[in-house]
Amino acid sequence: MNALALSVQSLTKHFDHFVAVDNVSFAVHRGEIYGLLGPNGAGKTTTIRMLLGLLAPTSGSGNVLGFDIVAQAEEIRKRVGYVSQKFSLYPDLTVRENFDFYGGVYGVPREKIAERRAYVLQRVGLVGEDETRVASLAGGLRQRLALACALAHEPEFLFLDEPTAGVDPISRRVLWDLIYDLAERGTSILVTTHYMDEAENCHRLAFIYRGNIVAEGTPQAMKFKEMQDQVLEIDCEPIDAALIALRESKLFDEVALYGSFIHAIGRGLEEKVATMRTTLAAKGIAVQSAEIIVPSLEDVFIARLRNVDLNDQ
Amino acid sequence: MISITNLTKQFDSTIAINNLSLTIQPGEVFGLIGPDGAGKTTTLRVISTAMNPTTGHVSVGGVDTVSEPEAVKKMIGYMPQRFALYPDLTVLENLNFFADVFGSPRAQRAELIHRLLGFARLTEFQTRLARNLSGGMQKKLALAATLMHRPRVLLLDEPTTGVDPVSRREFWDLLTEVHLQGVTIVISTPYLDEAERCTRVGLLYRGKLIACDDPRKLREDLDAIVLEAHSEQALAARHAVEHQDGVLSVSAHGNLIRLLVDRMERMAQLESVWQACGIVVEQPREVKARLEDAFVLMLTEDRRRPTENRSEVPSSVIRSPSIEI
Repeated sequence: MNALALSVQSLTKHFDHFVAVDNVSFAVHRGEIYGLLGPNGAGKTTTIRMLLGLLAPTSGSGNVLGFDIVAQAEEIRKRVGYVSQKFSLYPDLTVRENFDFYGGVYGVPREKIAERRAYVLQRVGLVGEDETRVASLAGGLRQRLALACALAHEPEFLFLDEPTAGVDPISRRVLWDLIYDLAERGTSILVTTHYMDEAENCHRLAFIYRGNIVAEGTPQAMKFKEMQDQVLEIDCEPIDAALIALRESKLFDEVALYGSFIHAIGRGLEEKVATMRTTLAAKGIAVQSAEIIVPSLEDVFIARLRNVDLNDQ
Repeated sequence: MISITNLTKQFDSTIAINNLSLTIQPGEVFGLIGPDGAGKTTTLRVISTAMNPTTGHVSVGGVDTVSEPEAVKKMIGYMPQRFALYPDLTVLENLNFFADVFGSPRAQRAELIHRLLGFARLTEFQTRLARNLSGGMQKKLALAATLMHRPRVLLLDEPTTGVDPVSRREFWDLLTEVHLQGVTIVISTPYLDEAERCTRVGLLYRGKLIACDDPRKLREDLDAIVLEAHSEQALAARHAVEHQDGVLSVSAHGNLIRLLVDRMERMAQLESVWQACGIVVEQPREVKARLEDAFVLMLTEDRRRPTENRSEVPSSVIRSPSIEI
């Protein structure tokens, strides 16, 4: 594997009595897309803020691109790009003015900025929008501009904190195409997301929960190694009533909606299919199909967190 | 329950909604999807009476939104994208405040709030300040506040954006309960797996409804074949075939390549392209279409039609910019 672009050891952050990040260790290789997944409040943003030197760790250490996160934060910030959940664009300024402003902040030489702007705006699909005021850009396009601004100084490492929240599926594809291309060129990327289909795009992932990394691996490994439960995908109608009936039956550990299907999670499911059909038939619910499937990352994520909760009790 | 007739909404020179007609039946869970800026939020705002149409009519339960907005407001609960909770008030104080706003009778108030706290699974957090709630809990509190006056119609504008998968499941569980009580729900969402749960989905694009149907039907009627294949060089495999005839869309997800092609015979053609480029691609196979496939394809087709208006979305949206890097 390539050289390390980031490594942290036993990183911990306390706020008063609250432990936001608890003894976290992980590493990101150069050119790797590393995904950090976890519920709201799990410690993702706090971790990123420490890596950028915006927040001092309570204990533990780390380095980004070979620079210490405490002693050399200035050096790190010169070389990384950061798109936060609420990236501050200036709504009254145009696309061009916003880009040039951030280019200046990041130290892009004046004479180079026009060239860099033309290139980056082309890359993120904002050609011809230079003079559009940000206030009149739709959400997905604003996120692209935020990413463009973070790329102004050709960073070697990119931190993306929920870059696609509330962005439509097509804009998300464009953003991910760009993330891939950047990684191919050697940019290292740390990304947080709530979209489990996007998590599949990462080279490696970590699930973070209550400040701890509870699982780490490639998306494939997560599905096969981290998941001891089986998933039964049930196609039936009406789905709302079926959901309630299956929960009341206590046949499965977990029953949830998954798109237009129900996912029932548990063990020894082969034995339970017949009972499930009888239970639903008794309520007048027709089952079109029911099959045991390879779990989705969302199934793994939720099952993994539930296990942590059970072990704590 | 909701009837929209030739609705147009114009802001200065921008046409946000362009001659939209749509009827939503009682008891539906209607999903509004579409690219950013397609008009989803504006549509919900007009139904909610927060905004008047430029032309056209909207009625809720037979009552016109412009001539009798107060009567409409009694019937609907509207949860905008940024629902204004009071961060410095507790969960309980927030609910009491909204009970005042909605004029809910004093006598039943305590019982109603008790019930809503239980419904939103917030009973044990009732003394917590709203600003100390997680994002998912804030959304549940906003939903509880929206249900305070027992609306018959619920309008939800991207209620789960920025919410983690666990909280998202909980939120949908709550919606399922509300729906089973007979409330009509109109929800906009960028999550297409959520849209698949709706009884019908309307795809808005440039202020027009370009498709509207049962999500299963939209998937099944997809005029394309969906293929998936695995490759260690997924990105190279993607680039090799993206401009091939018959390839309507191609995306890479980790080691997985997902393609929309016009007919099954394209598989052999693609395999020979990959072979010629020396790219190993394993087990291409046909898979079930997802709503996202239908979404991408419908927008691609719509883009090919001539239009007098300037596109809200640059042409690079469908195909990623192809500049060499």
